[in-house]
Amino acid sequence: MLDIVGKRYWFFLISALVIIPGLIAMMVSMARFGTPLRLSIDFTGGALMELQFQQPVAPGDVRAVFVAHDYSDTMVQTTVDQRTVLVRSKPLDSATKVLIQDELREKFGPLTELRYEFVGPTVGREVTRSAALAVLAAAGAIIMYLIFAFRSVPNAIRYGICAVAAMIHDILVAVGVFSILGLALGWEVDALFLTAILTVIGFSVQDTIVVFDRIRENIPKCRGEPFELVVNRSLLETLHRSLATQLNAIFVLIAIFFFGGATMKQFVTVLIVGLLSGTYSSICNAVPLLVVWEKNEIGQFFARLRGRPAQA
Amino acid sequence: MQQRDVSLLIAIVLLTLVAAWVVNPNNSGIHIKAGPLVIDRDIRIHQGLDLQGGMEVFLEADPAEGQEVTTETMQVAKSIVEKRVNSLGVAEPLVQQAGGNRIIVQLPGVADPEHAISTFQQTGLLEFVDAGLTRLPVGARIKTSYHETGEVGPVVPTPVLTPTEGPSPTATATQEPTATPTATAALSPTPQADLTPTVQPTPTPAERIFHTVMTGKDLKAAVVALDDLTKKPEIHFQLTDEGAKIFAAHTAANVGRYLAIVLDGEVISCPVIETAIPEGSGRITGDFPLSEAQSIVIQLRYGALPVPLKIISTRQVGPTLGQDSIRRSTTAGIIGVIIVLTFMLVYYRLPGVLADIALVIYGLVSVSLFKLIPVTLTLPGITGFLLSVGMAVDANILIFERMKEELRRGRALKASIEAGFARAWTSIRDSNISTLITCAILWGFGSNFGASVVQGFAVTLFIGVAVSMFTAVIVTRTLMRFAFALGGERLREVHWLLGA
Repeated sequence: MLDIVGKRYWFFLISALVIIPGLIAMMVSMARFGTPLRLSIDFTGGALMELQFQQPVAPGDVRAVFVAHDYSDTMVQTTVDQRTVLVRSKPLDSATKVLIQDELREKFGPLTELRYEFVGPTVGREVTRSAALAVLAAAGAIIMYLIFAFRSVPNAIRYGICAVAAMIHDILVAVGVFSILGLALGWEVDALFLTAILTVIGFSVQDTIVVFDRIRENIPKCRGEPFELVVNRSLLETLHRSLATQLNAIFVLIAIFFFGGATMKQFVTVLIVGLLSGTYSSICNAVPLLVVWEKNEIGQFFARLRGRPAQA
Repeated sequence: MQQRDVSLLIAIVLLTLVAAWVVNPNNSGIHIKAGPLVIDRDIRIHQGLDLQGGMEVFLEADPAEGQEVTTETMQVAKSIVEKRVNSLGVAEPLVQQAGGNRIIVQLPGVADPEHAISTFQQTGLLEFVDAGLTRLPVGARIKTSYHETGEVGPVVPTPVLTPTEGPSPTATATQEPTATPTATAALSPTPQADLTPTVQPTPTPAERIFHTVMTGKDLKAAVVALDDLTKKPEIHFQLTDEGAKIFAAHTAANVGRYLAIVLDGEVISCPVIETAIPEGSGRITGDFPLSEAQSIVIQLRYGALPVPLKIISTRQVGPTLGQDSIRRSTTAGIIGVIIVLTFMLVYYRLPGVLADIALVIYGLVSVSLFKLIPVTLTLPGITGFLLSVGMAVDANILIFERMKEELRRGRALKASIEAGFARAWTSIRDSNISTLITCAILWGFGSNFGASVVQGFAVTLFIGVAVSMFTAVIVTRTLMRFAFALGGERLREVHWLLGA
């Protein structure tokens, strides 16, 4: 029989190896931008426009026009091809916008405004606040629900806390990967990123619940068997399901990633990373953590640290 | 197969047919007229701004120091913005109040965003305009002297055009001391049906420049009141001292002529001057319902927005980007769904086929709900829906895995099927509820600051998960029981069919 629970510390190590680079990326970006993730105008306020020219343009030349109008912190990137640029700048009033676009037309020929977004600074602050609230509310509601769902199992709170630990793991993985991509590709956190994170939270808990549910079912059946064994068997019994489900969701997401529009790429990437992490963490973290707790391994670890050499 | 299952099967077939009819893109909508029952609605997909292009603008009250923003102020502001948005002639505009002091304006497919923004941000201009002997229809757009040249003041009509006038004897009638201050004079709008003999306007109202008598800044107050005798609603208004002087001069010289009340170049009322109005207060009477009287008062009082509005965020999506998004996400969706269907078929065989049928029914029911509710479909919304396809098969996977387990333990096929559904149910319920909770929170988060993209995702995922709990469990179970009724226990021996 495949022993997953027995290899729990290996799995914890793998998780750490995935999370730590993300944390480092967050620190680097903290030092460079003042925030662990690059924030989009949804949070900071500002203007964003995507312009399509009829001939290839150099982002630097486009930027020069904005700088000439005193928008010195403007960033210009090409997106789909050399003809399409994404411009991020400070808030822009419509008169200035028309002026700048006219000037761009003069210099680079006809252009089409594919999209334009403007967010005032006050809205940005509010979005940040309500986003933080939403994440907290989601986590809180799910813990409450877990405790309720597992109320008849001994130590229901443990299940709740282990599921939340796995959930935090998934958030860290998704946010960490995004932070790395933020440094590498300039990806920015927007309202959709938060949507993806909240969805990952929901799915992560869903995966964990399925395994926990099986443990809940198996415990009364196998009285006398060691907890570790019951847990491991429950894991194996649900393994097929976890993987099959995972595959299906990933199929759909990968299809969107490759064939869907460019605007959805970041959103879908966060979902894919989060879902993969969700399945991994429910099998390799949440459930083994239950065993660690049950066997009081953390207590023993500290006891050993306190100078009593391991004799057992 | 029991009687209940047969009825369920029939119900499922009917539901599928109805859903397929609703989903059909050439659906003509429901238009029923049967006696008192009148249903008249189109059934179609509402596309969000990111799909069809257009703009979304957030306006926030920007009160001057000391000004208080009340619910009433915001309602008035909203109705004025709505009026101006409607004047843009955009199909299906949406004006909504959000939070205490914000208004969201959505304009799908608008061609000139700058013009649109300037239209609903301008301060409204209320004018009293001399309409001569023509009664201007409500809603007509006219040019005024104040707007064109800034010229304003009382009109002294040329006697040639107005034979009924002259040194007016009626002026004396109103000179008597006034017991009721508001009842001094009356302007009564002629009812629509009343064909008063009027001089045909030679130039059409659109070309003619009408003379502005005074503007809204001379208006001090306006209220709705009920006439003592007739109990009909009427509007009482009061002018500033300066306004009173202009009004007295104008009404005295123009009895019998029409005085149009014009907001932003649009006629909102066109009463006839019955007597001179010297004290700067008067009333507008006529055959209008209370609600109309109230809306005129709102416009008289707040011809200008009651509070300045500033733009706090805008989003514009060009139509080409939207078209491209639709094309791409359709392709992505079709590919993703085909892979899922194939996976289920290959991995679970016969139960997989049944799950695939359930999945198609699931898709039809979900999309028809999107059309019927209606849900505004956005790009993240489509993603949410596709993601819920994955969730829908998850329930089936749980069930089938359980079923295979029971089979491997040597149980009979019938018992295994039933155990699969019964045992998997708690997992399906618990895990789906946690997703539904997340969706509800996402929806609240989105509505907090009007991120329609976030809401779109939450709504489609919620509907998808809720529908999947029905299709993946009830529909698949009924189909399985049906298959069992056809095949019986010997299906158990056909290993390639069950994939176990």
